[in-house]
Amino acid sequence: MAGLKYLLFLGCAIPYRMPSYEVSSRKMLERLGVELVEMPEFNCCGLPIDSVDHDAMLVLAARNLCLAEQQGLDILTLCPGCAGTLRKVNLSLQEDKKLKEHVNGILKEICMEFKGGKIRVRHLIQALVEDVGLEKVKEAVVKPLTGLRVAEHNGCHVLRPAKYIGFDDPENPVLLKKLIEATGAECLDYMYETDCCGAPIVGVNDKIPLYLAGDKLRNVKAVKAEALITVCPFCHMMFDINQPRIERLLSEKFGIPVLHYPQLLGLAMGFTPKEMALDELRVDATKILKPNQQH
Amino acid sequence: MGDLDPKFKYELSKVPCFEKLRLCFQCGTCTADCPISRFSDVYHPRRLLRMTQLGMKDRVLCSESLWLCATCFTCVDHCPQGVDIAGVLRALRNMAVKEGIIPPVFRELTANILKTGYAYRIPELRLKKRMKRGLPALPKANTDDVARLFDVLAVSKVAKKEKQ
Repeated sequence: MAGLKYLLFLGCAIPYRMPSYEVSSRKMLERLGVELVEMPEFNCCGLPIDSVDHDAMLVLAARNLCLAEQQGLDILTLCPGCAGTLRKVNLSLQEDKKLKEHVNGILKEICMEFKGGKIRVRHLIQALVEDVGLEKVKEAVVKPLTGLRVAEHNGCHVLRPAKYIGFDDPENPVLLKKLIEATGAECLDYMYETDCCGAPIVGVNDKIPLYLAGDKLRNVKAVKAEALITVCPFCHMMFDINQPRIERLLSEKFGIPVLHYPQLLGLAMGFTPKEMALDELRVDATKILKPNQQH
Repeated sequence: MGDLDPKFKYELSKVPCFEKLRLCFQCGTCTADCPISRFSDVYHPRRLLRMTQLGMKDRVLCSESLWLCATCFTCVDHCPQGVDIAGVLRALRNMAVKEGIIPPVFRELTANILKTGYAYRIPELRLKKRMKRGLPALPKANTDDVARLFDVLAVSKVAKKEKQ
């Protein structure tokens, strides 16, 4: 796997409130021999402003893509929102000449030009499956998590809209499950597995997202999963940081630890819980650790 | 029924994402498969699309439920008529913003991006903590570029209203 090198697009949510995801991802990727190059002068991917002004989303995304084109490196993101947005804009500007002209007309103001066709945008799990490869991930496992039963939550923008993302089957996604199984853990199916976590409307409505995420936690608990695995800072926030709030609102106790996938893989690679920043999770995750991992 | 704008759908037909709106025959797949609709009495994408087709411009643009789409894109992938439902709702939101209707959270996000390049104002302390844990410094965004782009698109004024 020599030579895998990406420009890391961190986005806003991860540096703002999810360092555990960043720390565990960087360590895990380094162990796999993936080189990450920092991305200077990047800005928000554009997604949050799409509802305000579609053109503003397009030019913010396109500006980031231009930065990557200048470096000639594929973008790797940890956040599916960033991945989805950058990927969609990268493809639609290549497909639609008029749109590309329109966007470049605005980018001219900052002396930039989107060329197109030069770089690709990858989400972390897409890079792991398609670029690194499941076999290589399996080979890196030295302390298999045999006996651990978990569930997964993909995050919508990893899979949808299918037309632009083209990764896995959105109706029956299996690739994150395979990545989880590569660690030796078992991945369980549960009801409404592919439903959204509700995070994108948190600022607009304070109840619906909590009910939605609570319903998912209930379904995860019903299949007796010991932990929930996510690959998105927003999904993680809903299930982990908000879990105590959800429990109060629904008068129900879940107590389900929520791990970022890189944390799970990192443990199986032999990293300590501390190195994988497990102590930063809101819901205590030490109960899922085996005796040989508790240090 | 006084607020019907019969020209609304023609006005919309020129806007990207709306091209296929008239193909919606109200099958209800979008609402049936919508995870938000399962937990909301007011959010029904089918209803918003019908109201738009009928030209109920003011009611659609003032509707709180317009802002309840979580952009999971399930409806987009499932619509048998290929209507980009999430795209239609997004374009309607853009129109509402032009009329001055915007939930505070979106105004705040816009202001944050304009000021810092990022959607959130990341506290200094948290940036310093990155160094302590061996993470590289967060690159500084080029806020001049962002401000220039927002000015050209007249988005800056959306952020500025925050202070009024």
